[in-house]
Amino acid sequence: METQIVKQNQYLEQPKERISGSEAVVRCLLAEGVDVLYGYPGGAIMPVYDELYKYQDKIHHVLTRHEQGATHAAQGYARISGKVGVAIATSGPGATNLITGIADAQIDSTPMVCITGQVASHLLGTDAFQETDIISISTPVTKWNCQVTKASEIPKVMAKAFYIAQSGRPGPVLVDITKDAQFEEFDFQYKKCKNIRSYSPIPITEKSSVEAAANLINAAKKPMIIWGQGIILGGAEEEFKAVIEKAGIPSAWTIMGASALPTAHCLNIGMVGMHGNYAPNVLTNQCDVLIAIGMRFDDRVTGDLNRYAKQAKIIHFEIDPAEVDKNVKTDVAVLGDAKESLKELLPLLKTNKHTKWHQKFKDLYAIEFEEVIQEDLNPTKEGLSMGEVLKEINKQTKGEAAIVSDVGQHQMIACRYAEFKNTRSNITSGGLGTMGFALPAAIGAKMAAPDREVVAIIGDGGYQMTIQELGTIFQSKVPVKIVVLNNEFLGMVRQWQQLFFDKRYASTEMTNPDFITIAKGYHIEATRVTKREELTDAVSNMIDSKEAYFLEVCVEKENNVFPMVPSGASISEVKLR
Amino acid sequence: MKKELITVSIYTENFVGLLNRVTTIFTKRHVNIESITASKSEIENVHRYTIVVKESENLIEKIIKQLEKQIDVVGAFYHLEGQTIFQEIALYKIDIENVYESKFKEIISVNHARILEIEKKFVVVEKTGTKEDTDALYNELKPFGLMQFVRSGRVAITKERMNISEILHNN
Ligand SMILES: Cc1ncc(C[n+]2csc(CCOP(=O)(O)OP(=O)(O)O)c2C)c(N)n1
Repeated sequence: METQIVKQNQYLEQPKERISGSEAVVRCLLAEGVDVLYGYPGGAIMPVYDELYKYQDKIHHVLTRHEQGATHAAQGYARISGKVGVAIATSGPGATNLITGIADAQIDSTPMVCITGQVASHLLGTDAFQETDIISISTPVTKWNCQVTKASEIPKVMAKAFYIAQSGRPGPVLVDITKDAQFEEFDFQYKKCKNIRSYSPIPITEKSSVEAAANLINAAKKPMIIWGQGIILGGAEEEFKAVIEKAGIPSAWTIMGASALPTAHCLNIGMVGMHGNYAPNVLTNQCDVLIAIGMRFDDRVTGDLNRYAKQAKIIHFEIDPAEVDKNVKTDVAVLGDAKESLKELLPLLKTNKHTKWHQKFKDLYAIEFEEVIQEDLNPTKEGLSMGEVLKEINKQTKGEAAIVSDVGQHQMIACRYAEFKNTRSNITSGGLGTMGFALPAAIGAKMAAPDREVVAIIGDGGYQMTIQELGTIFQSKVPVKIVVLNNEFLGMVRQWQQLFFDKRYASTEMTNPDFITIAKGYHIEATRVTKREELTDAVSNMIDSKEAYFLEVCVEKENNVFPMVPSGASISEVKLR
Repeated sequence: MKKELITVSIYTENFVGLLNRVTTIFTKRHVNIESITASKSEIENVHRYTIVVKESENLIEKIIKQLEKQIDVVGAFYHLEGQTIFQEIALYKIDIENVYESKFKEIISVNHARILEIEKKFVVVEKTGTKEDTDALYNELKPFGLMQFVRSGRVAITKERMNISEILHNN
């Protein structure tokens, strides 16, 4: 009996070990199951890099070519896997270079932990070399941040960081560690964080709210669902599918929600928003019950709020209470984790088909097909269209690929036309619209899911914002497939200039370098396609390649993305041309 | 929407940088802070900020949710005028030369103010009350040569119960 008790105690109380703060950082990462992190070294973070060197058989540090690239790579890693992405940088410029990626992760709810070095604590506030107040700078764009000035604080703060980043509505966390705290030795012991007294990650789902939602849905004649990334973040894909199939509800997605339900599913009615599909945009303003699940009524999704779904009763399934009634006033709010609340909803729903209502979506789709999709996918113009490139990629990857898109026209085309069979397959910068996101995000995605085909779709503009990450792809041998759709314009801005600024193309024309030579300079195989006949073979060579591959497709220079909801217009005023 | 004076009470952990995080929630929405007070609260190790803003109730409801969302914020509440009992404290520094006028003494007593400190060159007057009260005294003392004036933020006790202990207990 006695020996058993001793054993148990030993198990509970891990022995303390005297190690440095910097080693503790690495040990914390290992304890959290981190096997890869992205970053860039510098003075204030060198002690941690020294430990990363010693622990290189356990944890893989990927040297990106810019700290922004490190954050996007960490995001790509997190978005495809659901695990926390980790980025690390030095103080000052290293830290400030992380900010765009942190802001992106904040607005797109991506779990990420960023670690920054800081000047020694006795130098804080003295404008020391490479000192920036990164805590103040990052405060509005982090879910949580914390400065550590003593080694002994490291385990607790790191544990909190990982807990906060991935619990509830995920988000980015920044931990800033002074150099002296990295050097200092202390008795290390790691305990995972399980709760924080001031933080309730998942609000309680009121049974009455689920019942009220079920009643509205059961009574609806013309129900419609818009789902967002909440389904993916909550791992609620199966529960969601069961709900819509039972209740027969046409379901549309925001770009952050794409791929949670296969594109080919008969209840998938496409994308809502500024360049979304015609039917769901128009019928948002005709449905009688609008069910929003894990989405936040972004202005790019709703258009003019004063004319948004005014006729409908609104149900909002949401994990973050601050999103409820933020933009659209709800009739029933179901707080909680989507997986759990949808599970509770399912048995309360009546079986339904809504065949006539469904037909409306089909009719409007036929119009959109005729007016837009047909020409996008099977162009009659001589120049290649972005849509036909997507169609070819769909065909050759059989819808199994993860598509990582950048920001602009190609992004909208990619989201509109990519065919997804699997969840977590649409990785794009939604809320922040960060050009330069895709190339580094694709690196992280491929490393987190090496068995999946990862295809980055990028514009010639955004490509040049983080083009240096080709160096990371080369050095770390990441077999991503890179497709640049080159229209020699900042296409999306040019489209707005054409439509709303009388074609005054202010600073949107791009004189581009030879992208093939650049890729080859990084020893990445590269092909350029300028003619339709070359497309199939080029895509096939790219997909067949076991290594990284660069494909430039020269597309029609002045094509526009439609449908389009002009800014300020109502969602149902969506234009087809 | 109608703007009114609203008292926001925020209970937080006592961590460095948290006040900054709290104020960014207001500045993000372009809301100006009229006054702000930080102090300990009735619960050990829990701090309390009292922030007064002139805003529409609708917007403040949204700000409250954003405040509550912050990890180290335990709870946030707002109250309209009449739902709190509040005071502000004001200090007035006045040239000693002028205080011998009999009118001065009368003003102090009529306003229920008090002389806090008498130094060689000046006296310091203290008055606790509403903003209107301390403003009124300000106007009356101005002719005596106000060398300095300072007023604290509002401290407020709410009539309604705020369930901080429960939140701390349940998480
Ligand atoms: C970092 C950043 N700067 C500016 C913008 C504004 N912007 C949105 S789309 C776009 C054009 C993108 O051009 P390109 O990458 O060539 O893609 P295309 O639209 O031509 O497909 C610009 C400049 C942005 N989204 N991100």
